[in-house]
Amino acid sequence: MRVALFLTCVNDTLYPDTGRAVVKLLTRLGVEVDFPMAQTCCGQAHYNTGYRHEAEPLARHFSDVFGEYEAIVTPSGSCGAMVRELYPRMGERARAEGRGDTLAATLAPVVPKTYELTEFLVDVLGVTDVGAYYPHRVTYHPTCHGLRSLGLGDRPLKLLQAVKGLELVELPGADECCGFGGTFAVKNADVSAAMGADKVRNARSTGAEVLCAADNSCLMHIGGTMARLHTDMRPVHIAEILARTEEDSRS
Amino acid sequence: MSGTFVGMPAFPAFPVAAHEAVNNRTLRGNLRHATHTIRAKRAKAVAEVSDWAELREAGKQIKDHTLRHLDRYLVQLEESVTAAGGVVHWAADAEEANRIVVQLVQETGESEVVKVKSMATQEIGLNEALEAEGIRAYETDLAELIVQLGKDRPSHILVPAIHRNRGEIREIFAREMSEWGRPAPEGLTDTPAELAEAARLHLREKFLRAKVGVSGANFMVADTGTLVVVESEGNGRMCLTLPETLISVVGIEKIVPTWQDLEVFLQTLPRSSTAERMNPYTSTWTGTTDGDGPRVFHLVLLDNGRSDTLADEVGRQALRCIRCSACLNVCPVYERAGGHAYGSVYPGPIGAILSPQLRGTASEIDASLPYASSLCGACYEVCPVAIDIPEVLVHLRERVVEGGPVTREGNKVVLRPAKGHAAERAAMRAARWTFSHPGALRTGQRLASRTRRFHPRSLPGPGRAWSGTRELPAVPAEPFRDWWQRTHGGKDGAK
Repeated sequence: MRVALFLTCVNDTLYPDTGRAVVKLLTRLGVEVDFPMAQTCCGQAHYNTGYRHEAEPLARHFSDVFGEYEAIVTPSGSCGAMVRELYPRMGERARAEGRGDTLAATLAPVVPKTYELTEFLVDVLGVTDVGAYYPHRVTYHPTCHGLRSLGLGDRPLKLLQAVKGLELVELPGADECCGFGGTFAVKNADVSAAMGADKVRNARSTGAEVLCAADNSCLMHIGGTMARLHTDMRPVHIAEILARTEEDSRS
Repeated sequence: MSGTFVGMPAFPAFPVAAHEAVNNRTLRGNLRHATHTIRAKRAKAVAEVSDWAELREAGKQIKDHTLRHLDRYLVQLEESVTAAGGVVHWAADAEEANRIVVQLVQETGESEVVKVKSMATQEIGLNEALEAEGIRAYETDLAELIVQLGKDRPSHILVPAIHRNRGEIREIFAREMSEWGRPAPEGLTDTPAELAEAARLHLREKFLRAKVGVSGANFMVADTGTLVVVESEGNGRMCLTLPETLISVVGIEKIVPTWQDLEVFLQTLPRSSTAERMNPYTSTWTGTTDGDGPRVFHLVLLDNGRSDTLADEVGRQALRCIRCSACLNVCPVYERAGGHAYGSVYPGPIGAILSPQLRGTASEIDASLPYASSLCGACYEVCPVAIDIPEVLVHLRERVVEGGPVTREGNKVVLRPAKGHAAERAAMRAARWTFSHPGALRTGQRLASRTRRFHPRSLPGPGRAWSGTRELPAVPAEPFRDWWQRTHGGKDGAK
């Protein structure tokens, strides 16, 4: 099976390790991964800040770059939700504005074949044990768009539970937002920081070494808060845990 | 812009007001305790209902249907209420509604009224309007009483004194009750039973004396002209039955077509708001009945920005709201910012989409409310009428930054983009340009990577909003795409 990796602009620029982990993981599971070099950004930050019309060309560009692939896999719940939930809405809005069906038709092909990573693993590949080894105490934070927009449910937990050596501990208040929220983090910095501090406090109470999530933008906020509060915990993207094997640990 | 009045005027932007609340430890503690308690109770009460999803969908559809044919149902309601002996008045805005109520009270010759807890009368500032004409309005809901005695503002739809703890309530009662009537008992403690008893004694003399009652309504049934109030304390039942004259001020969106439609909302509302399977008191009245309850009944139908809201395809879903407060109780922003930061009698997520529609987005507070959310979606998940609050928030953000066509006071107008977003707009456009040119993106990424040793640990100016509380992420030695090209260069699938 040949899939396109939609890494997201944030991961491409700031978290290449996550991208390498996805490539390694999918390749190990027999998937041929392609990274279309023309990919940029899905337009989520524009859309959610109120610049829908600025987001439209980016959505069209996305469709242009990824339209030909069988499946599009992304290690981000919120960018996945942008495509799956909000691209159709953008099409509807354009129609309501009297601009016809062109945008809806352009975006329609990429919507059903875009998968968040854990969804792709569990639903498409049908695996929960990906052969990973990660000898650490880990707690999992379900990020909001993955949890509520995509309905990832217990897929990430099933994957983590099957990782050898990994001790999964429950995060109190797991389904409460970490406070990132894109531009919310700077537009309402006080509330955002307070939410982040509470999330870190809950994470710390688990005694875990690692806080894991399926979205690096949320982890950037949580990790930045952890560092500022001198918390002895690391934020790690779930792909980097699932990619790790016993061989890696030996080397 | 519209002069629609929702609560009290001239509030600072949301982040300014939230800043204070976030740093108030007592308030944070009170809100955290209260919202988490009711949040858990609601989840349990809802989980008991096997067809909750269907009830939610039914509630949504009943409301949507009614709103779509609101013109017809309003006329039907007027006919039914009139036939049952009531008098119907139409108020386009807060000022008109207040004028009507003041005049109706004056015609009775009375100088005081007892009130059932009502969001509509809070919205129009009725108590203040009555006060200005020498008429005293007594709030009789326990939490509203606490707010009124404390010369405070409500901070929650269902529990307006949620920001107060027992100790604070005891102090307010001990200090203020004598100003308004029967003083608090000597040696009042902060035990809930004693506080409730103090309120009971204080209020009872008002119930028995009052000749005029003022209420809102949770529902109005179009085909019978019946109004419905659901409550927990029984104060509403007193106000609705003891006075000679009853004046109800109700938003035009509160209609349901038939009695049968109530079967949905009387299940979803109590479980969503107080986490009760059924609320203790459900009062219904249809016009007037000889020898039973008020002899005179006036219904004031309030628009106050609702028709304008109804004209907006995306925003109109806010009118489905049944004021249950479930969205407030799950909102992580509300929990930390508190209700007062929303600058309206409608706080929390629903307030953030209702106030900027009812009042317009011209003021600082209203232009900032659509951003008072991380778009986490918890509000949508619990909403018993499935209002997609994040969708409306984003829609209103667009209205703020892009402007565009809206309806104000019944007229189509084209809004100009709000001031203060010029730098952001320029940044968004620049980002869009970069993202439309993969080569430019790559150049930027490489530049960031190569200069990474010189990157500051914290940012100046507006960047402090991030780095004041969070470390910046380190920029990697190379972006992913460079690694990919180095290692998988031959099969990059580039277009």
